Amino acid sequence: MSDISGLLPCPEPVQLLSADGAAVEPSQQATERGYTMPEPEALLAVWRGMVVGRRFDAQATALTKQGRLAVYPSSRGQDACQVAPVLALAEQDWLFPTYRDSMALVTHGIDPVEVLTLLRGDWHCGYDPKATRTAPQCTPLATQAVHAAGAAHGLTRRGSDGVALCLVGDGATSEGDFHEGLNFAAVFNAPAVFLVQNNKYAISVPLAKQTKAPALAYKGVGYGVRSEQVDGNDPAAMLAVMREAYAHARAGHGPVLVEAHTYRMEAHTNADDATRYRTADEVDEWTGQDPIVRLQAYLVQEGHLDDDRIQEVREEADALAADLRARMNAEPPVEPLELFDHVYARPTPQLLEQREMVRTELDSHVTQQEMESAR
Amino acid sequence: MSQVTYAKALNTALRDALTEDPDVLVLGEDVGALGGVFRITDGLTRDFGEDRCVDTPLAEAGIAGFAVGLAMQGFRPVVEMQFDAFGYPAFEQVVSHIAKMRNRTRGALPMPITIRIPYAGGIGGVEHHCDSSEGYYVHTPGLHVVTPATPADAYSLLRESIASDDPVVFMEPKSRYYTKAEVELPTRTEPIGQAAVRREGSDVTLVTYGPQVAAALKAAEVAAAEEDWDVEVVDLRSLVPFDDATVEASVRKTGRAVVLAEAQGFAGMGAEIAARVQERCFHSLAAPVLRVAGLDIPYPPPKLEHTHLPGIDRVLDTIARLQWDDEPDLTHTPQEVSA
Repeated sequence: MSDISGLLPCPEPVQLLSADGAAVEPSQQATERGYTMPEPEALLAVWRGMVVGRRFDAQATALTKQGRLAVYPSSRGQDACQVAPVLALAEQDWLFPTYRDSMALVTHGIDPVEVLTLLRGDWHCGYDPKATRTAPQCTPLATQAVHAAGAAHGLTRRGSDGVALCLVGDGATSEGDFHEGLNFAAVFNAPAVFLVQNNKYAISVPLAKQTKAPALAYKGVGYGVRSEQVDGNDPAAMLAVMREAYAHARAGHGPVLVEAHTYRMEAHTNADDATRYRTADEVDEWTGQDPIVRLQAYLVQEGHLDDDRIQEVREEADALAADLRARMNAEPPVEPLELFDHVYARPTPQLLEQREMVRTELDSHVTQQEMESAR
Repeated sequence: MSQVTYAKALNTALRDALTEDPDVLVLGEDVGALGGVFRITDGLTRDFGEDRCVDTPLAEAGIAGFAVGLAMQGFRPVVEMQFDAFGYPAFEQVVSHIAKMRNRTRGALPMPITIRIPYAGGIGGVEHHCDSSEGYYVHTPGLHVVTPATPADAYSLLRESIASDDPVVFMEPKSRYYTKAEVELPTRTEPIGQAAVRREGSDVTLVTYGPQVAAALKAAEVAAAEEDWDVEVVDLRSLVPFDDATVEASVRKTGRAVVLAEAQGFAGMGAEIAARVQERCFHSLAAPVLRVAGLDIPYPPPKLEHTHLPGIDRVLDTIARLQWDDEPDLTHTPQEVSA
C-alpha cells in the first residue's frame, strides 16, 4: 500500500506573497515540500517577464480590435502562471501550450509575430516547434496532455533529463484526454508536469458546473500523481512550486500535477461577452490580486527594484509592442500552393493533380491581371 | 517457400522492423505477454523486451496521443487498436493531430506512426468487433490508408508503412488472419499506392480491397464457369494513395466495372471508386458503374451477418445487371431531337 501523503496537495493553495506583496510564512507542508522564497534575481526576471508579457497581451488585444488578428484569447491576470513556469524550464525541456498561452510563448523567447501567426491566419503555427521545443498551441482541449506524456517518456528513452510542461485550463480537466494524459504519464513514470490554470471559467461555464472535486489538484491523486495547488496570482509561489515540480519529475520520480488558482481578467476572447455570465464585482475583487502589483511591491519593499529599473522595463515592453505593431501591420505574404506542401511527406497523385489545377488557376489569374494592367 | 499465414506475415514484419530500427516501438492493449488478441505481436515482448513492445493502459485516445508525443521525439510508434470499433476513442487524436501535425508545423513535426486496425466482419464477432471503419480514415487528408489482402502484401506493406514518414492507417481484414499462402519472408511486393491485378479478364473489372478480395476471386471463377463472363479482379491494396492508373487501364480494357466493398455503401470508399471510374473512363463504359456493398445498417449480430456481407451471389447478380444485351440507345442524340 503506497503512502498517499506524498501525492496529496497542500490543503490550501501555496502562497509566499500576500495580496499586498508582503512575504508570508508558508504552511508547514509547503515548507516540507521545499517551497521557499526564490532568490531576488529570479523574482526580478519573473517581474520583467510579466511586465513585457502583459504589454504583449494588450497589444495583441488591440491588434484584434484593428482586425489584424482573427481572434485573441487574452491571459491577462494569469501573468504569473504564464511567466514563472516557463522561466523555470531548462533548455532541454519541452512546452505544450494552448491557445491561451501566447504570453508564455513570448516569455519562452519565441518571436511574438511567430506566436501570433496562428491568429493572424497565415498558417496554423508560426514557429518551429523543434527548434523552440514547443509544440503548436493546441486548440482541442486537453489533447496535448497525452502528447506531453508521450514526449516526456520519449525524452527519457533518449537519455535526456528533460521534462515536458503541459498547460491546460480548468475546463480541460473534464476532457478524457486530461485523465489519460495523467494516467499514461504516471504508468510510464514520465517526467511530465501538468499545470492547470484554473481561471474559474471555461468560456462562460463556472468551475462549479465543471467539477465536484474539492480542488482540481486532487484529480492527480487517483492516478498516483504527485499533486499541488498554488496561488496562481502569487509569482513567487508559482516559481517555487514549479521549480520543485520540475525537480521531482527530472529526478525520475514521475509526473506532477499543479493547479494554479487564478482568474481570467478579460473575456474568453474579444468575441465573447463576459458580462453575460459574471459580475463586475467579481472582476474587481481579482483586480486586487494582480500578480505584477504584488511582486513589484515586494521587490521595491525589499530594495531590489527602483523607479529607474521599472521605467526601463516599461520602455522595453513598449518597444516590443511597437515592433510587434509595426510588423503585424504589414500584410503577410501567403502562398496558395503551400497548401499542398506539408500535407504528406509523400503526397498522393490525387493531391498533386489538385496542386496542378490550382497552379493553373493562379497562372491564368496572373495573366489576366497583366492583360488588364497593360490595357 | 513455405506456407505462411497472414497473421504470421504481420508478426514477422513487426519483428524485422523492431530488429532493424531501434526507433520502432510497438504499443497497444494486450500486445505484451498475450501477444495481442489476434496474436499478431506474439513473442515480441519476450524477444525485444517490454521496453520495445509495450502493454499500455486501456485507453485508445491515450495510446494514439502518446504515440504523437513519441513521434515528436523521433520514434516510429506502431500502435494497435484492438478492434475497429475500439479505435473510435482515438478518433480525435488521429484526425486532429496525427493527420494534421505535419501540415500544421510545415513539416517540422512529421508523424511516422502506423495505426494497425483489425477490421471488418465475417468472423462471427459480436457488435463493435466487425466494423468497416476505413471510410472515416480515407476521408481525412494527411493519412495514408492501406489494407493488404495477402500474406505477402501484409508483410511488405507493413514494413513500408512503418518506414513511411507519413502516418499510415493499416487496416487488417481480420477474416484473412489465418489464411495461408506460399511466401518466403522477408518479401517485398510493390510500394504503398499500387494496386494489383489479381485475375486478368476481358469482360468486366471487379474493383475491390481487403476482406472482399477473396470473395471477388471466387465470384470471378463462378462467373467464368457458369456465365462465361471473364472477370478481371483489381485488389487496390492502398486506398490512400489511390491507384487511378491501374483501375483506369483495367476498366478501359473491359468496358464494365463493379465496385465491391464490404463497408456500408452510402458515401463510402466504394462510392469514391465508382465516381473516379466514371469520371475517367466514361467513354469506355458500356454500362453504369455498379456497387456491391454492405447494407446501410449497423453491423448485424453474428447470426445475421451473412445477410449483410456482399457475398458471391450479390456480386454475380450485380455483374448480370451490367446491360449486357442492350443496344446503344441514340434516340436522345441532338440529331434525333432536331429531326
